[in-house]
Amino acid sequence: MGNKQTIFTDEQLDAYQDCTFFTRKEILRLHARYHELAPHLVPMDYTNDPDCKLPLALIVNMPELKENPFCSRIVESFSEDGMGNLSFNEFVDMFSVLSEMAPRELKAIYAFKIYDYNVDNFLCKEDLEKTLNKLTKEELTPEEVQLVCEKAIEEADLDGDHKLSFADFENMITRAPDFLSTFHIRI
Amino acid sequence: GNERRKGASRAEEGESQTRPERIDRGRRKRTRSHQDTKGSEGDEEVQPKIQSGRAAKTRKHTKNEKTRKKEEEEKAEKGEGKERHGKRKKTSASKKEREEVGGKHTMKEKAQEVKRKNIIQQMNCIHNSLSSEELEKLKEAVDERKKLIQALRGKPWPIKKKCVILRESQEFVEKYEGALGKGKGRKLYAYKVLMSKALMGRPYGTIPRKTVPRAEATSAMDFAVLWDFGVSCIITLTLTTSCFLQWPFHATFRKMCFQGYAQYSVLFYGYYNNQRAVGWLKFRMPLSYFLVGVGTVAYSYMVVIRTMARNANESGVGDDNSFNFNWRMFTSWDYLIGNPETADNKFASITTSFKEAILEEQESQKDDNIHLTRFLRVLANFLVLCCLAGSGYLIYFVVRRSQKFALDGLENHTWWERNEVNMVMSLLGMFCPMLFDVISALENYHPRVALQWQLGRIFALFLGNLYTFIIALMDEINLKREEENIIKFNITVWEASLFNGTVSVNSTAPPVTIEPADVPRGPCWETMVGQEFVRLIISDTMTTYITLLIGDFLRAVLVRFLNYCWCWDLEAGFPSYSEFDVSGNVLGLIFNQGMIWMGAFYAPCLPALNVLRLHVSMYLQCWAVMCCNVPQERVFKASGSNNFYMAMLLVILFLSTLPAIYTIVTIPPSFDCGPFSGKQRMFDVIQETLESDFPAWFGKVFSYASNPGLVLPFMLLMVLAIYYLQSTSKSYKEANMELKKKLQTVVQNMFPPLVQQSCFNVYF
Repeated sequence: MGNKQTIFTDEQLDAYQDCTFFTRKEILRLHARYHELAPHLVPMDYTNDPDCKLPLALIVNMPELKENPFCSRIVESFSEDGMGNLSFNEFVDMFSVLSEMAPRELKAIYAFKIYDYNVDNFLCKEDLEKTLNKLTKEELTPEEVQLVCEKAIEEADLDGDHKLSFADFENMITRAPDFLSTFHIRI
Repeated sequence: GNERRKGASRAEEGESQTRPERIDRGRRKRTRSHQDTKGSEGDEEVQPKIQSGRAAKTRKHTKNEKTRKKEEEEKAEKGEGKERHGKRKKTSASKKEREEVGGKHTMKEKAQEVKRKNIIQQMNCIHNSLSSEELEKLKEAVDERKKLIQALRGKPWPIKKKCVILRESQEFVEKYEGALGKGKGRKLYAYKVLMSKALMGRPYGTIPRKTVPRAEATSAMDFAVLWDFGVSCIITLTLTTSCFLQWPFHATFRKMCFQGYAQYSVLFYGYYNNQRAVGWLKFRMPLSYFLVGVGTVAYSYMVVIRTMARNANESGVGDDNSFNFNWRMFTSWDYLIGNPETADNKFASITTSFKEAILEEQESQKDDNIHLTRFLRVLANFLVLCCLAGSGYLIYFVVRRSQKFALDGLENHTWWERNEVNMVMSLLGMFCPMLFDVISALENYHPRVALQWQLGRIFALFLGNLYTFIIALMDEINLKREEENIIKFNITVWEASLFNGTVSVNSTAPPVTIEPADVPRGPCWETMVGQEFVRLIISDTMTTYITLLIGDFLRAVLVRFLNYCWCWDLEAGFPSYSEFDVSGNVLGLIFNQGMIWMGAFYAPCLPALNVLRLHVSMYLQCWAVMCCNVPQERVFKASGSNNFYMAMLLVILFLSTLPAIYTIVTIPPSFDCGPFSGKQRMFDVIQETLESDFPAWFGKVFSYASNPGLVLPFMLLMVLAIYYLQSTSKSYKEANMELKKKLQTVVQNMFPPLVQQSCFNVYF
């Protein structure tokens, strides 16, 4: 394989390979995708670490994320400022965690972050309600929503504080047979 | 940093290598740039100090590196101007010079040399000043850092933090690794990563994420096609190899009766000669036929049971429903969906699943009128039994009729009358399940339970039909055997007449040569059985394809195009598109396999035919699903771990091989065709082999072993063992449940909310 690319230095690529689950080729491909989201904003030369962030609106337009009801939460959880503005590093990190190779524990941590709408490190009833409404496009009646959220908390809450902490969530999600296969984005 | 970049740029220069090699070179260059001859000398000093078992490895490592370096140096020496020590020849200095044309030294090179030497001197200072324990500690620290680097991807830190930590750790490792003389780990790791990526592959098929609910995907993909296909392939292979082994050795070609050329093809039992040993290899054909037949059945049993055991192991805890609502909420959305239509379908199915779960929850809390429910269920079962009995009788009646037609001569009847049996069986298989579905509305079961009942009933229907068919077949077999006796009688009469005509008194006439082709042929009931099965399979296949084309494709076309000019919405209302019924299709495959098992002894190439049919079915159904089906409304799986279907398969295997075994053991083979012709029973071939091919003592041992006095106690022992294993497994399960409960209470007591909060913070 020729080494003709000038986007990243070899060290940068090595660092990416160590920090994520992607190979060299995939990282270059990711860069191409990132670039095509905003060709005028994203530089082709990353060798000197430019400080370029793309806004949330651009990122959730990607075909892989567009149909996902949690797209904005996903992007927000990987952004440093919590507003959804992703630099290329964060972009790569996001897809790395959501890729096939990421282990269950890592995915559980980020899943918890995603579903935690009010970012208080707990999945309280309102978080669950929002999740449910996103999932069913608000087709359930309010009573049904209440019932589901209460049952969910009842099932998983171990410490009795009527909300799900990370330990509760992890305990529940590691037993889920479908978690790894559904919490997966291929890019 | 300078050194590193130089090393990296060196790696770039015009070499086309794979990534791990390139990294390795970069790394090697980097580490070597910190070492020099003194480094290698230092290694040798270090070695006697280090007591651990790693010493040998390290020594070997450095020795390998040294020999390699020596080779490189020898190449470079020609361009060398300076003189160097034998040992002092190094590495990247000489490498660099090799790459230079003509080995010139520029100013830059000299400056780098000096710099390198400085660093090396520093390193050696550190190195020489440390005692052995400190070296050990340093080594451990380096190893820890290395592990951290390798595990970095899996850490939940923000990527900025990861990069910083990576850089620090790499610097640390490089700095001190030089002193310790190692550097191989990275290459191995990179190689491992590369291999795991190469071998990971893509999950099977692109199928039906669009239409198959995630829950069923496993059963649809893995079970349905691959497993069955695999077993069919293996059976085919075995049978085909045994077929081909005898192919060149067929000596006698008996008279071909044009009742269909295929009748005498390798497809059927009748093709096989009963010659005991065929060809120069002395291939024991009849024995092999028998053993292959028995062997494929045994293999099938083994595979099914092993798969069941594996499924049971894997699912283990998976069958509990303790987090029903949570799992629906957090794991039902498939993040891979990118198609808006699929997304809509998914939203709808998630909503439905929640509604079902809510209903279930509400219903479990209310008490229904038990008596009414019970009565309705009894009524439903009664109706189903009537249905089954009716279908059984219908098939029997139709088979009788077809026997009458056969006696009349088949040419006088229409196509329908000739193929009545198969058509009726296939049609019943199509319409009865729908009827069962309607009846089950009376029963008011939990959807999963209702699905299992439904599948059980379809299973019973299929079995009933098949066994009726076999009983009818038995009648035909008996007819053929009577025919056989008549012909045998006729042959003796005929031969006698021939003989009488040519011999006169007191003459020693040569024995009469009878042309083999002139001898009247006996009927071959085994071939007939094989033929019937082949016809059954083919008609079943045809029915499936036609149902697919009409029921799915035509329906989809009509719904799509008539919708424009119809009063109600065809797509949402009555006909709409057909659903992709996973359980129905899996069942169809199971039944197909059952029929193959049944017919394989008498039509050896049936598995091969089936493999072909499976290929075609797969592509056809794949197209049909993508083109005309919508996802199932119902999201319940029949079983948590596919073991429900495997259990069904096991039962079918057992029931399918029963008829074949019965015929082998009780009915004498045809006198005139097949590998067992002339014998009293088919398994006599084993007796014969034991007597003629094995030494005498073997036969004795075998006869002792098959003595009922030995076999019965052995069977008793097995029954006791089963009972014992069953009870231990039950007690383990109970212990498991207890432990689970205990664990839950322990967790609840041990983790007050604050501690949990701090645990969480540790991650971030």
